[in-house]
Amino acid sequence: MSDIFTMGIDVGSTASKCVIMKNGKEIIAKSLVDVGAGTSGPERAIQAVLAEAKLEMKDLAHIMSTGYGRHSMEDADSQMSELSCHARGAYFQFPNVKTIIDIGGQDAKVLRLDDDGMLVNFVMNDKCAAGTGRFLDVMARVLEVKIDDLESLAEQSTKDVTISSTCTVFAESEVISQLSRNTDKRDIIRGIHRAIASRVGALARRIGLVDDVVMTGGVARNGGVLKALEEELGHTIYTSELAQYNGALGAALFAYQKSK
Amino acid sequence: MAETEKDVSMPTEKVPAKNLLRDVVDKVYAEAWEAKKRGEPIGWSSSKFPAEIAETLGLKVCYPENQAAAISAKHGGQRMCEYAESMGYDNDICGYARISLAYAAGAGGDERPMPQPDFMLCCNNICNCMTKWYENIARMHNIPLIMIDIPYNNTPEVNEENVAYIRAQFEEAIKQLEKISGRKFDEKKFEEVCANANRTARAWLKACSYCQHEPSPLSGFDLFNHMADVVTARCRKESAEAFEALAEEYEQSVKDGTSTWRYPENHRIMFEGIPCWPELQNLFRPLKEKGINTTAVVYAPAFGFVYNNMDEMMRAYCKAPNSVCLETGVQWREDICRENKVDGVLVHYNRSCKPWSGYMPEMERRFRKDLGVGVVGFDGDQADPRNFSNAQYITRVEGLYEIMESKKMGGPKSE
Repeated sequence: MSDIFTMGIDVGSTASKCVIMKNGKEIIAKSLVDVGAGTSGPERAIQAVLAEAKLEMKDLAHIMSTGYGRHSMEDADSQMSELSCHARGAYFQFPNVKTIIDIGGQDAKVLRLDDDGMLVNFVMNDKCAAGTGRFLDVMARVLEVKIDDLESLAEQSTKDVTISSTCTVFAESEVISQLSRNTDKRDIIRGIHRAIASRVGALARRIGLVDDVVMTGGVARNGGVLKALEEELGHTIYTSELAQYNGALGAALFAYQKSK
Repeated sequence: MAETEKDVSMPTEKVPAKNLLRDVVDKVYAEAWEAKKRGEPIGWSSSKFPAEIAETLGLKVCYPENQAAAISAKHGGQRMCEYAESMGYDNDICGYARISLAYAAGAGGDERPMPQPDFMLCCNNICNCMTKWYENIARMHNIPLIMIDIPYNNTPEVNEENVAYIRAQFEEAIKQLEKISGRKFDEKKFEEVCANANRTARAWLKACSYCQHEPSPLSGFDLFNHMADVVTARCRKESAEAFEALAEEYEQSVKDGTSTWRYPENHRIMFEGIPCWPELQNLFRPLKEKGINTTAVVYAPAFGFVYNNMDEMMRAYCKAPNSVCLETGVQWREDICRENKVDGVLVHYNRSCKPWSGYMPEMERRFRKDLGVGVVGFDGDQADPRNFSNAQYITRVEGLYEIMESKKMGGPKSE
């Protein structure tokens, strides 16, 4: 019997991610382009993942799109919301997962799953960028540091600095006023991580935290936010190298289900 | 005789109920304009002020909430809200209030014009923001404000003290309105008006009840369109007749197997809260694409209430979404969900209505626990389009759909 290849593409607000799976079990290729919906990102991500997998579009049994730009993907055979895809992706990686904290470019969400990894309930941030990847982008720009350096800088923090505003614009002003008082950037960064943890923690408490808790999405790459969330919630939070690909992974798994 | 001859020779086509309903509301506004031209005093009334008093005294009354809904549905909400904000009203204030304050200040509102007020009728059962909103307009125009204060009900039952308190205010309101109208309150006319109000309420509730059928002969969104009559013309015989015609149409649809919902009915949901009037099409689109029919709404039937005597009437005015305790609110909604057989609930977290939205997280928890249905919330606004994000709404509706689908397939098991 020949192998079945399926693709999941997660067209987010700030990045495009693709995963190709073999027989719904093995990830054979993945790609990430740092621009999302409405850009060349999705197409570039598709070309990159096909090249890595040494496959062509015609070899794919089913393509499912998810994420903010899921409905604009003409190549996709079907679409599904990122909610169910994150649930499926996280369950594949962590079979004991019950709670998922996903922080992406412009939304933050907390999902509750049942024993079989089915989505039971979810809450999302309201029409506001507080506690999302965008929040971190804005702060990194003000602090003149690279987004990838935030974690290591926060680790060097020695003093507590509180960023009390959850509004991105107000928090930016707070950071600027801290900088004008010569507060150490490293302390400010840890304060920013705690501000995100506080905001997202409130969402998580609203839905009710049940172990195992897993963090997905691009912000999971920042261990500083993950650590702040663990401190805020008092739960161990698991993540993986595939955190940012989790939605695409879930879509590839659903695509396999659809292909049969 | 002419009518009989006409019936025999050429059977007249029945006027669709929606046309009858539209005509009644148009008449309310047209009569108010005519009365204004004649120099009669015009009232602006909150939607659940005892309309029976003004109707008995022959006073013409307009309804700012209905006007604000109409203006925002026709995409004038943002313009009016921004006008109110330029007057100094904060954008956190209810969108209806901002639209109404802007209109009262002369901002114009061609989408649903109505004469400026000569007196204000305020009853805070519908919400407490109403009090300051109406006080502001009364002060702006230097006109009398007739206030009926309904205490928030902390218990499911309305106690005797509250009934007496409201009754006393009712009597006082009659005296104040006798002065304004220059007429004496006629008890016999009052009985007739109450009979009309009850007949309208019964017919309205009956029409709403057709959502219980599977498949439903209508979409709950239709009720949002039809409810203008129960708000603005509850005491009129024509409203009762129009709603009776509507109920007859639904009855016929059930028999014929037809529906105003022209899509598959894969799922049935309750829509919680006031709709986002400027976004009705956006609200509707993902629902129809997924075959999710709204077969239960909270807002529309809330305006249908029946009473048999004065005490019951006072108690009826105590029951509004923002004036009852959590337990009553939960019971009310869960009964609707069960009767109308829903498998999901879509909750509107309405920036304009903080009292209503404030207790929804706990209600959501109860719905999941007691009914075992999928429940999802989205952020929006009843009148201000700046507070709604279509992409976010679509994702939440799809999430609800996916939860309902997986429940239909046998999972998820439990939270």
